Amino acid sequence: MMSPKEVAGRALAVAWKDLTAEWRTRATFNAVVALAVVMLLLFGFALGPETEALQRAAAGIIWLTILFSGVLSFNRSYQIELDNGALETLLLYPGSRKAIFLGKFLANLVFVLLVEALLVPLAAILYDLPLVRALPGLILVSVLGTFGFVVLGTLYAAMASRVRAREVLLPLLLFPMLVPVLVAAVAATAAVLVGDPMGDAGSWIRLLVVFDLIFGIASFFAFEYVIEE
Amino acid sequence: MGRSTGYAAATAERVPRQGRGVTVLGWIAFLGLAGAQVVAFNLSAPDRDMGHLQKIMYVHVPAAWIAFLSFFFVFVVSSIYLWRRDWRHDLLAAAAAEVGVVLTALTLALGMIWARPTWGVWWTWDPRLTTTAIMLVIYAGYMALRGFVEDPERRGVWSAAVGILAFLNVPVVYMSVRWWRSIHQVQSSPSTIDPEYVLGLRLNAVAFLLVALYFLLRRYHAARLEVLAAARLEEDALTGEEAHV
Repeated sequence: MMSPKEVAGRALAVAWKDLTAEWRTRATFNAVVALAVVMLLLFGFALGPETEALQRAAAGIIWLTILFSGVLSFNRSYQIELDNGALETLLLYPGSRKAIFLGKFLANLVFVLLVEALLVPLAAILYDLPLVRALPGLILVSVLGTFGFVVLGTLYAAMASRVRAREVLLPLLLFPMLVPVLVAAVAATAAVLVGDPMGDAGSWIRLLVVFDLIFGIASFFAFEYVIEE
Repeated sequence: MGRSTGYAAATAERVPRQGRGVTVLGWIAFLGLAGAQVVAFNLSAPDRDMGHLQKIMYVHVPAAWIAFLSFFFVFVVSSIYLWRRDWRHDLLAAAAAEVGVVLTALTLALGMIWARPTWGVWWTWDPRLTTTAIMLVIYAGYMALRGFVEDPERRGVWSAAVGILAFLNVPVVYMSVRWWRSIHQVQSSPSTIDPEYVLGLRLNAVAFLLVALYFLLRRYHAARLEVLAAARLEEDALTGEEAHV
């Protein structure tokens, strides 16, 4: 058995390795951000140029953009290992595989949060949103919503990345599971953007916390089964 | 380790034959289903507002119950599979998921046929309707995953993990959509509906349960044959003999 401290140390090492590998080229990050920008513009064209209509739809647009662009990063997190047979080597290290999951999860979390840090201000500019006033609430909702998205994404990508049709399989498995995250994150974001007059952002945030807890714990334990096969 | 129950053990067995009992079960199930409709139609008067349209409830509601039961069964046998790694549990989970998907699709189709003349729309974003649709796509994803993974042990473990997580999500999806919007009538259960409908509903529930069980056994048997056939082909390819499946 590894102590929690050892697990945390190894998880950070895996996360650091993944983020360093990404930082050296930034190829995936740049592509994902560029795709997110394209999607923000396309939603604008699809919904028409009226600022009010775009403001009403902004929360939904932002979260769909996060989901559709972020999902592209999860398979890559295992793909870089598979290409050189590095995953087997990683699994050969003694000790708990939970550390590998935590490390991959942390790296993906940082990756998607950095994409959001660029995407949300851009959405605020394009759709005329009160970014500065809403910022504390937006950060809280983003972190909680992204946690649930990334934790399930990291687990499912451990399977999908090793399958022929990985590009279609991952979103097909992942997106229906994320309905509670999408519903709660969009409603909370919308509430935060208009100043939460109904005071209902709190219950949506609780729902996000419940989802994060259930699937955080379930994915943490499921990963060891998934990765050994 | 005791007796091996992994997929390697599956191939050592002889080709199983499905007993006469399953065929008899099938006849009982489908005759029971027809009989349940006769009883249900004759017992209850046409609804004051909906007329005979209301009779859809007798198949819609039990289909939903048994679909949900099938997914619960997937959850249970998937958990046992992760624990015991017996290939039979994996094939049972797969068979139950297929039955559940068919019944869920049936539930949705029947609901729409009922909703169009009653509510004036084919679809509303009501919590149970939406949750049912989400369940359908989640388990469609489960079946897609099974279709894409060739190694049986890997397919078993992966789909068990997905089957367990999917079921954990059903109440969370339901709560989230309920908060999001609700206009559906209160859930149908023997306590909220007229007593003259209760017998028809119960008979149908039993009939649907038997039909589901029949499908499950048939599908499970077919899956066993598929596993054996794949193993025989592999064996023959290795020994250089001609395939004789």
